[in-house]
Amino acid sequence: MKRILTGASVLALLATGAMAANTSITIGDQLEPPHLDPTAGAAGAIDNVTYANIYEGLTRFASDGSVIPGLAKSWEISEDGLGYTFTLQSGVKFHDGSDMTASDVVWSLNRARAEDSTNAQKGLFASIESVEALDDTTVQVTLSAPNGSFLFNMAWGDASILNEGDDVEALKSKPNGTGAFVFSNWVQGDSITLVRNEDYWGTPAILESATIKYISDPTAAFNAVMAGDVDAFPTFPAPENLPQFDADPRFTVIVGSTEGETILSTNNKMPPFDNPKVREALAHAIDRNAIIDGAMFGYGTPIGTHFAPHNPAYVDLTAQSAYDPDMARALLAEAGFADGFTTTLKLPPPSYARRGGEIIAAQLREVGIQTEVTNLEWGQWLEEVFKGKDFGLTIVSHTEPMDIGIYANPDYYFQYDSAAFQALMEDLNAATDPAARTALMQQAQQMISDDYVNGYLFQLAKTGVANADIRGLWENAPTQAADLTAVYWAD
Amino acid sequence: MKAAFKMPGFVAGFIMAFVFVAAALLSFVWSPYAVDGVDIVNKLHPPDMTNWFGTDHLGRDIFSMIMVGARTSIAVAIVAVGIGVLLGVPLGLAAAARKGTLLDEVIMRGNDLIFAFPALLIAILITAVFGASALNAIIAIGIFNIPVFARLVRGGALSLWTRDFILAARVAGKGRVRISFEHILPNLTNLLIVQGTIQFSLGILAEAALSYVGLGAQPPIPSWGRMLADSQTMISFAPHLALFPGAAIVLTVLGLNLMGDALRDLFDPKLRRDRQ
Amino acid sequence: MLRFTLNRLLSLGLSLIAASVVIFFAIEIIPGDPARLMLGINATQDAVDALRTQMGLDQGVLVRYWLWVSGLVQGDFGISYTYRVPVSEMVQGRIWVSLPLALYALVLSTLIAFPVGIIAAAKRGSWADWLVMGGTQLGVAIPNFWFAMLMVSLLAIKYRLFSAGGFSGWDDPLLAMRSLTLPAFVLALPQASILARVMRSALLDTLSEDFMRTARAKGRTRRGALVHHALRNAMIPVLTIIGLQFSFLLAGAIIIEKVFFLPGLGSMIFTAITQRDLIVVESVVMLLVFAVILVTFLVDITYALVDPRLRRRA
Repeated sequence: MKRILTGASVLALLATGAMAANTSITIGDQLEPPHLDPTAGAAGAIDNVTYANIYEGLTRFASDGSVIPGLAKSWEISEDGLGYTFTLQSGVKFHDGSDMTASDVVWSLNRARAEDSTNAQKGLFASIESVEALDDTTVQVTLSAPNGSFLFNMAWGDASILNEGDDVEALKSKPNGTGAFVFSNWVQGDSITLVRNEDYWGTPAILESATIKYISDPTAAFNAVMAGDVDAFPTFPAPENLPQFDADPRFTVIVGSTEGETILSTNNKMPPFDNPKVREALAHAIDRNAIIDGAMFGYGTPIGTHFAPHNPAYVDLTAQSAYDPDMARALLAEAGFADGFTTTLKLPPPSYARRGGEIIAAQLREVGIQTEVTNLEWGQWLEEVFKGKDFGLTIVSHTEPMDIGIYANPDYYFQYDSAAFQALMEDLNAATDPAARTALMQQAQQMISDDYVNGYLFQLAKTGVANADIRGLWENAPTQAADLTAVYWAD
Repeated sequence: MKAAFKMPGFVAGFIMAFVFVAAALLSFVWSPYAVDGVDIVNKLHPPDMTNWFGTDHLGRDIFSMIMVGARTSIAVAIVAVGIGVLLGVPLGLAAAARKGTLLDEVIMRGNDLIFAFPALLIAILITAVFGASALNAIIAIGIFNIPVFARLVRGGALSLWTRDFILAARVAGKGRVRISFEHILPNLTNLLIVQGTIQFSLGILAEAALSYVGLGAQPPIPSWGRMLADSQTMISFAPHLALFPGAAIVLTVLGLNLMGDALRDLFDPKLRRDRQ
Repeated sequence: MLRFTLNRLLSLGLSLIAASVVIFFAIEIIPGDPARLMLGINATQDAVDALRTQMGLDQGVLVRYWLWVSGLVQGDFGISYTYRVPVSEMVQGRIWVSLPLALYALVLSTLIAFPVGIIAAAKRGSWADWLVMGGTQLGVAIPNFWFAMLMVSLLAIKYRLFSAGGFSGWDDPLLAMRSLTLPAFVLALPQASILARVMRSALLDTLSEDFMRTARAKGRTRRGALVHHALRNAMIPVLTIIGLQFSFLLAGAIIIEKVFFLPGLGSMIFTAITQRDLIVVESVVMLLVFAVILVTFLVDITYALVDPRLRRRA
């Protein structure tokens, strides 16, 4: 009986699979975006829908993280590094039919950097002095100071080009972009549907339609993939199930890297963490491999500093904070805490934080540090930890690319205040020569490791599951995105 | 009380509940392994001679976690019932003693109001808002126990107020408060015991539900509900993770319900008549 | 009767007002800034403040309470902070999942409980009765989310008889019903257990009453007496329980909705709580409380119509 049932259902699965799947896809994602305007909110969930699919910027990230032309097909940089002249693609239309011209670019950039702008990454535009349309397809951007990461910044989803004069409130629920997919429908709490843009200026998408289904619960996500309710789950939240999917010929497991440095953030201004010896002790009390194994079931790369290992400028400093509980105890004794101390460990919702937190709490207990573990929702975490800085330790993954600059902000939630580092970052921002930039980045990595600012745990892996017949899904996540423009079903 | 032990339902229930209460008490002095350490190397072992119930995804011994988890569930449920009794009983007595007055109306309205709120939802709201912890779970569950006991006591007290011996006490000059506590309350103990047992079992289920959504006791304190939540993604290759905590909840609740039912039958005047 | 009805209506009104006050002011003290949550970690304080003004969060508490209540009365439940769409629209979408689910579960629960409860009462003390009592005890003791986990593992994943969850709308009614079947069943089982026991004990109480003996003496068969007299009288507590269960199922399915990722009212509130979307939480809790108070009101009126003794407040 059982075999008949399984056989019949497999047949049914195959039948529906063969008929319906070829031109449309259902993707699973955990977090539903609050709205669909990437320039008015920082939720990565927004970019997961809109990046490259609906909206585009002057430049764009390729799947390997390199910056390639987007709506700007080429550019020239002036000698002094202050003037950028972008030549735009021609024949670009917004989804509502209006033409994209230089004035839309001017409007979009000016809106983003305005005083009252609600753009969550206003800093990306801070070095812009002025934006001018020279003609319909040429835009001139003048910076107030040279900025080596300007082109990189313009590739972010927050720098998407919008249609001048569009009602920005309406855009939140009905986006109007230039991308290869057009927004079709949003069933709140359930799914968002996109359809192919037949008037796309570039290489059209292969899929005719794509539906993104929102499933926040890891078990439900597993069930949905197993039952075939979704075809792919690019950022699958339960790494413990990956071996099962791997062993199953119906699925492929796609493992890559992200820009997420997962760290044990330490409040540098809260005693006893203001004592560098204590922070050093913390670093040696942690066993990264146990955390990667226990919380992420082996997926993730250890890091010794706040930088992505797949980045060519990365320096492997893991040995500086190697697992050594005896040294940790010795350092604590030196710092005057031979009997240990108690502190708070506040954890946001993701499982790397919750599970990682349980493991770290146990490891810290071994060296005498007692932790009060509190599980917080994102709202509380933002309020208490990020805004209120009311924490001793927390675990979070910083997923913005090249964000080592956060260590130069003394008001940033972990409150690291080093004049030397701040000066280093200023130099880095001004440098445009690649070799000089690399050297400066390496110095920066060394400095924050020497100061043991935070516990550097691991680089978050991108672990995705997909139907074995799907091609074109990104392996890595150089930015928050679920780029569907090159995805298709193999026959 | 001896009569209770003659009833098979009560005995069966008592044994079941007692096993877990005993485990909870024992856990204070001994459990096969500590529950606050992690042992990643030994994760996800199925039940065997070293780990009677197997190990979880962080290598912790499940048998020990069930023992310590019993502490959590029982403690939360009992204190929540305690809140319900400590606050609900006086309210019910007061309402009955001053039947028909504004006080009575206010108390009854308040009860109805609390009953109108969806309990689980409000409990989730409270714990999500004020922080997830065993204490907040106790408060959230306790709040909904208050009207239960208030209504029960008011109903029971009202029927007692019409009795002769109460009238005699009134005539003798005793105040309502004294009467309530000296005469009415003692006669309500049977009702309270039965309801208390039922609310206790409901409290265990409520604590499990809150822990399941992550709003009960926090790690490293083990909790049966949270163990179930953690086990979900691994059910297909490690079913023991879900089986043992689930069974623990079912057996404890079942045991308490059997006891409550038996006690209710024992104290029921109609059945007493039949028995005599 | 009129006086009673008016009295009850007044009660209804007062309860609603009291509930609205409690809800609004309780939710106001929730920590967490919705604007900050929407904009994320790296947003500047200026951006957050600008959004707060946009969302109307900078007005005084009493002003906001009045705006909310006057809106509710007109059917305007406010605009969601996170989604920027009217809450009433969101509720409309969700209620087409939660309401059918609650009704489906209620129907299943009744279909299971009635025959079971009646048989147990009719054959009191027999093995059938013991089986029913044992079964219902188990049914009440099993946490519904654990039962859901087991059912999904077995029926959806292993045997693929049902999908693991999700709901794709009523366009395909058959598929929609299928998506709701497993969740409704999981919800129904504990409710059915409770209902069966209530049915059984209500019937037993009635069966021992004198008028039953009179009915038998008059020549009614056992079954006839059961159906015509006992059942009718037993229905009163049974109907009360059904009414209570309905309100519970509407809001209490919150965890089941999560397990089966159904886009219902419960999961909407859950998400709103975590996203600090206060407007949604306030308005929907108010809606649910209103539903409960309304059901209680209707039940009271119906009983008073049927049984004049109940017209005096007991």
